[in-house]
Amino acid sequence: MSLFDLFSDYTLRNVALGAMVLGIVSGILGCFAVLRRQGLLGDALSHAALPGIAIAYLLTGSKAPIVLLLGAGIAGWVGTLTINRIVRDTRISEDSALGIVLSVFFGVGILLLTYIAKRNDANQAGLDRFLFGQAATLVATDVLTMSILGGLALGCLVLLYKEFKLLAFDPAFAASLGFAPNRLGILLTSLIVVAIVIGLQTVGVVLMAAMLVGPAVAARQWTHRLSVMLLLSGVFGAAAGIAGTMLSLGQQHVPTGPMIILSLTAIVAISLLFAPARGLVWAKLRQSHALNHEPRNREAQPVKGE
Amino acid sequence: MNTDAKPLAIHDLTVAYQDKPVLWDIDLSVPSGVLAAIVGPNGAGKSTLIKATLGLMPIAAGTIQMFGQTYAKARQMVGYVPQRSSVDWDFPTNALDVVLMGTYGQLGWIKRPSKADREWALHCLEQVAMADFAQRQISQLSGGQQQRVFLARALAQRAQLYLMDEPFVGVDAVTERAIISLLQQLRSDGKTVICVHHDLDSAPEYFDWVALLNVRMIAAGPMKTTWTPENISQTYGGRTQNLIRGAA
Repeated sequence: MSLFDLFSDYTLRNVALGAMVLGIVSGILGCFAVLRRQGLLGDALSHAALPGIAIAYLLTGSKAPIVLLLGAGIAGWVGTLTINRIVRDTRISEDSALGIVLSVFFGVGILLLTYIAKRNDANQAGLDRFLFGQAATLVATDVLTMSILGGLALGCLVLLYKEFKLLAFDPAFAASLGFAPNRLGILLTSLIVVAIVIGLQTVGVVLMAAMLVGPAVAARQWTHRLSVMLLLSGVFGAAAGIAGTMLSLGQQHVPTGPMIILSLTAIVAISLLFAPARGLVWAKLRQSHALNHEPRNREAQPVKGE
Repeated sequence: MNTDAKPLAIHDLTVAYQDKPVLWDIDLSVPSGVLAAIVGPNGAGKSTLIKATLGLMPIAAGTIQMFGQTYAKARQMVGYVPQRSSVDWDFPTNALDVVLMGTYGQLGWIKRPSKADREWALHCLEQVAMADFAQRQISQLSGGQQQRVFLARALAQRAQLYLMDEPFVGVDAVTERAIISLLQQLRSDGKTVICVHHDLDSAPEYFDWVALLNVRMIAAGPMKTTWTPENISQTYGGRTQNLIRGAA
């Protein structure tokens, strides 16, 4: 399998394009989740989307992706509001609230999927593909839907870039300026729900969190600028999407979602080890260099202006 | 703008965490053009008073006015310096960008900072002797330099009243001097500055007005008449005789 196949073969092209769109959108939006120290948020919300898929199917009897994904989006959004209310109205901390919403919503989702499977309904087969994703089922209209949703979410981010940056860095200052950090936070989380909805068909609810956290963590290692971090994160997400597609479809019957996540893991590992300023390998080298040249230790030089 | 109205007038303010009061029936009226310190022991509610003033936490009772208006209307006239430890300094941005955030309030939603805003932000960094560090990643600044970046961000707000939460905590001598000269500059420009401060030794030296707080407002007024051993010992529960050398 070659890059040429990827763009000439209709199925491969859809899968690769879908995985790429997912990687870009989740990579960019995931940066804000990571910078706000809400890495678990994506995990909670993607698991929370599962009952939405089951309920959408039970209500409409349709398996059209747009219907199921709408259900997923609504359930993810209800999950967002639930987490917000728990944190605001009780003494339960945010990580516990995330854990509660994750397990309760996911549990209900599994329960409903089991119920649907036991109804002897011939039409129901395949709903469980949203657990781990099944990228091979992506068709051109799915990719188009993903692109439009992702484009809208990223457009929103571009428009409110300044506000989201301020919210991520200093929410109290944002509030003092009148930028309503609660509402901004809910909007940002809603955009992350959109990214999750985009990813459900490709990587599924269980692995989706990695698509939000992985590219952002990798990108942060290479730059000290937020704008560069967002772009790099999108590039890393897209690269993982395409690489995962090629690796899975090149061999027989290797699932695409997990291969995308493994490709992403490789990017994260390389970044953590070898990125110039923050890489662990360089840090170790600098450390031993400093020990060997004790008197000329660079750390000891006074910072200019102090 | 009503020029007669006090920069800050608080009336019967009560603030509670869950059901425990942290500020009880506070009255405070700060005149224009002073350098005011809010002084009190740990847990006295000093930071809470600043945050309640800025609408960052709900108040149980009372009214707060700035220049005769609610904070929502007076926002543009108020600058804020949060505690340095309240943010993650590993955030991917540089000093100039943080200072630019001070202009966001006047820009409003969606609009981006212009070239003129960037020049203004650089000018604000110059005011705190940090212009050389404009492009420096903020995690690579010392604690004192980070504090000066926060002050420059407040300057960028072009405010009439500045509220600062512990600006002197954990800073080096250079920064301390830079902050003092900046505060004096602000006062001579006719601005009003209110700082949470917890060093009793330096308070009478740096500030000309003081509010002594311990959940209740113990005393407030010009430093000369308010900074008395009786008031201080009442604020601190009488356990700090050796801390009040500067008292009148």
